[in-house]
Amino acid sequence: MLLDLSKLFSRSKNSKDLAKERLKLVLIHDRANVSPQFLEMVKGEIIKVISNYMDVDEDSLDIQMTRTKSEDGDSVVPALVANIPIRSVKNSGK
Amino acid sequence: MSEVIVITSGKGGVGKTTTTANIGTGLALQGKKVVLIDTDIGLRNLDVVMGLENRIVYDLVDVIEGTCRIKQALIKDKRFEGLYLLPAAQTRDKSAVNPEGMIKLCDELRNDFDYILVDCPAGIEQGFKNAIAGADRAIVVTTPEVSAVRDADRIIGLLEANELKNPKLLINRVRHDMVKRGDMMSIDDIIDILAIDLIGVVPDDEKIIVSTNKGEPAVTDNKSMAGEAYRAITRRIMGEDVPLLNLGPEDGFMLKIKKLFGLKVN
Repeated sequence: MLLDLSKLFSRSKNSKDLAKERLKLVLIHDRANVSPQFLEMVKGEIIKVISNYMDVDEDSLDIQMTRTKSEDGDSVVPALVANIPIRSVKNSGK
Repeated sequence: MSEVIVITSGKGGVGKTTTTANIGTGLALQGKKVVLIDTDIGLRNLDVVMGLENRIVYDLVDVIEGTCRIKQALIKDKRFEGLYLLPAAQTRDKSAVNPEGMIKLCDELRNDFDYILVDCPAGIEQGFKNAIAGADRAIVVTTPEVSAVRDADRIIGLLEANELKNPKLLINRVRHDMVKRGDMMSIDDIIDILAIDLIGVVPDDEKIIVSTNKGEPAVTDNKSMAGEAYRAITRRIMGEDVPLLNLGPEDGFMLKIKKLFGLKVN
C-alpha cells in the first residue's frame, strides 16, 4: 500500500508512456525511410515558400512522416504531417 | 471460396507459430478444411507445436522442387478432421523456394482447402517474401513491447508495399495486471501507434507453454484464457462479429474490495 501511495504522489511517468514516446520517435525515422537530412531539406523548402506569405516560427516547426488511414478507409497510407506555428500573416498577399 | 492467410511479425519469438497452430486448429474445429504451411526453412517448428514431428516424410522444398506430389507431403492431423500440415524443410537449402513457387503451391491448395495458413519466418528477407507471395490477407502478430511493435510497424509497411492491403493486428501475451499499473502498453496504445485494425488480443497464459509441451494447441483447452482468445479470433476470421474478451482476471486488490462488500466476483 505504502508503495502504491508513493507512486500516486510522485510525478514520475509510467513506463508504458515512456515506451510509447520512444516508439513514436523511432517510428518517425523508420517510416520515413529517408535520412534526417532529407527531412531537413523538405523543411527548409516549406519554410521558404510559406515565409513569402506569413511569418512562421521556424524553431517550433515540426515536420514528420507518419501513417494514416486513406480516405476510403481501406488502407494505410504514408502521410507528411507538418505543424507550422504562424506568428503573423503578411499583408502583401492581400 | 478459399483464402490464403499469412501470419507474420518481423520480430522472432512473438508467437507466429503458436498463432498459426491455434487458428488452424480452431478453424478445423469449426468444420473447415485447413492446411498449415511452415515456411521457416531450416528452423521449422510448426511440426513440434502441432505434435506432428514424428510423421514428416516430405516437406515444402520437396513439393516446390517436384520431388513429390503435394498430397504426399501433407500430414493429416488425426485428432482434428480436415486439418493438414505441410512442414518446412529442416536441412535443405532455402533458396529452393521462391515467390513464384509459393504462389503456384497456394493456388493449387485452394482447390482442396477452405483456409491455407502460412507461418512466416522472422525477418524481412527472402523467407518473408516467399511467405507473403501467395497470400490474400495477412495477420501481423506483435506483443506489447517496443521491439515487437517497432518490427510490426515495418512489416505493415512492407505488406502494404506488396499489395497486401489492410493487414490485421493480433496482440499476443498481454498482461492485464501490468497494463493496469501502467507498465505495459495497452491495446489502445498499440493501435494508436500502428493504425491498423485489430483481429484479437491473446492474454499471456502459462497454458500455452503446457500445451506446446504436449503438442496440443491451447485452442482445444476450454480452461485456457489464451485458448478462449484464439477461439474468438478464429470466428472473426470466419467473418463473425465477436466482441473482445474481458482481458484477464481482475487484480487482487479490487477483488478483495469487491469480496469485502459482498459484490459478485466473476
